[in-house]
Amino acid sequence: MVESRKTPDMSVDLAGMHLDNPVIPASGTFGFGREYADLYDLNILGSISFKGTTRDPRYGNELPRIAECTAGMINSVGLQNPGLEAVLAEELPALAKIYSKKVIANISGFSVDEYVACAEAFDQADQVGILEINVSCPNVHGGGIAFGQDPKEAARVTAAVRKAAKKPIFIKLSPNVTDIAEIAKACEAAGADGISLVNTFLGARIDIKRRAFVIANKKGGFSGPAIFPIAVRMVNDVYNAVDLPIMGMGGIASAEDVIEMIMAGADAIQIGAANLVDPWVCKKIIERLPSLMEELGISSLKEIKGCAK
Amino acid sequence: MKQQIAEIIENKNIARSIWQMRIRFPEAFDVKAGQFVQISLPGRFLRRPISICDMDGDVMTLVYKVVGGGTDQMTRLAEGEQLDVLAPLGNGYDLDQIPEGAALVGGGVGVPPMYCLAKAIADKKPVVYLGFASEEEVFFKEAFEALGVETHLNIGGYVTDDVPDGAYICACGPEVMLRAANAKAADGQYSFEARMACGFGACMGCSMHVKDGYKRVCKDGPVIGKEELAW
Repeated sequence: MVESRKTPDMSVDLAGMHLDNPVIPASGTFGFGREYADLYDLNILGSISFKGTTRDPRYGNELPRIAECTAGMINSVGLQNPGLEAVLAEELPALAKIYSKKVIANISGFSVDEYVACAEAFDQADQVGILEINVSCPNVHGGGIAFGQDPKEAARVTAAVRKAAKKPIFIKLSPNVTDIAEIAKACEAAGADGISLVNTFLGARIDIKRRAFVIANKKGGFSGPAIFPIAVRMVNDVYNAVDLPIMGMGGIASAEDVIEMIMAGADAIQIGAANLVDPWVCKKIIERLPSLMEELGISSLKEIKGCAK
Repeated sequence: MKQQIAEIIENKNIARSIWQMRIRFPEAFDVKAGQFVQISLPGRFLRRPISICDMDGDVMTLVYKVVGGGTDQMTRLAEGEQLDVLAPLGNGYDLDQIPEGAALVGGGVGVPPMYCLAKAIADKKPVVYLGFASEEEVFFKEAFEALGVETHLNIGGYVTDDVPDGAYICACGPEVMLRAANAKAADGQYSFEARMACGFGACMGCSMHVKDGYKRVCKDGPVIGKEELAW
């Protein structure tokens, strides 16, 4: 006998990792959770993709790092993070105290060796469920951008990390390419377990009074609701091209956006810039999802993945 | 930090490009001098960080300068309209560290947090130094005097020239003013400004170099002690 469900099923699976719901704060907008743990119980979240970590500590780019845009923002933080050693020794134990589920380790690098070193280390951490390999951060000169913009380079990182780690690996793709599906396919062929997309779009703002770029690094990553339709299109492009689970992101700010992104082909979703203007947005979305699913006649999120005709 | 809906009870022009807004919160709460709020404006993605000028029960006074589209939009908000506010944010001044007779230095739109501070430590007889670029931009001189604190005004010059060497200085203003204050100060605390996104320490958009690494202006600041600075 099939048991009838009283509440819609929000749970999703990501390459073997079970999530109670699909809502994951995106790397770089949630730190290691501390600032948000003061505001609500983080254990309601599906998972957390923590601050992008590099092998060595990084201060990041000079200030200003932030520029506002219509329905979004540009950031040029430049992968500021305390480095692999400090993340393992301090940040992960601190995160374990405020979040009891598995987390997603977001890794950035400037060489294949660096990706491998980080992947090997996080592969040993019980707390980590998925390795999310950022081959797309557009902020660093000579940095990850080269890997994410060339299918061969993306495959090279994927294959090296695949060899170094047993945990599922998701490659986080840059949208700053002509054909994102081609990159996703190259990652799939090289052994990726899933794809995360999209990272930020390269953008710039100029202060017309000063005749100067607003941010110190001139160009940065554009995110926020303005990019949502492009993200939906790109997630669908990748959904149609590969047979892998997808974490969809880019401008999601409401429960309706979550459903739309899943209908485009995502299994789970990440929320980035919206956290910065409404720090309770993930909680609000998780609380709203069941009633929205009921209104739309959705009994399980798994049923609507990529259902858009 | 809480997200609250406050009602605008006053929004008026008090000097050239300077506006004073008073907002009423659903209930009273404590703030520290030097803390700030993040205001959400219709149609603008990021919130606007504005320093707290005064808090009286459930009514907060914000004094802001029109510097761009967002603050210009703020001037058109009317009495009775509602405002989505994150408050209070930042660390604020460490009042216990401030000795009797400290110099409180405010430059331009750096003056408002000094009012909050002067009010909080009025019994320590601070000496206030206010700097404005021109006569048209002067505001709050009488408000400081009403607190019963000695108040000096500098118009068009360098306000830090008026401050005695070796003073304990609390300052808020442009970085060039803070550096000049720091050069004279035996010790002190300064509040910093930065372009921010979140305002509560999550995004690393406003990290500034200090002696021991970095501080997030929004969360570890905006008030930073002299001994911590890499100047």
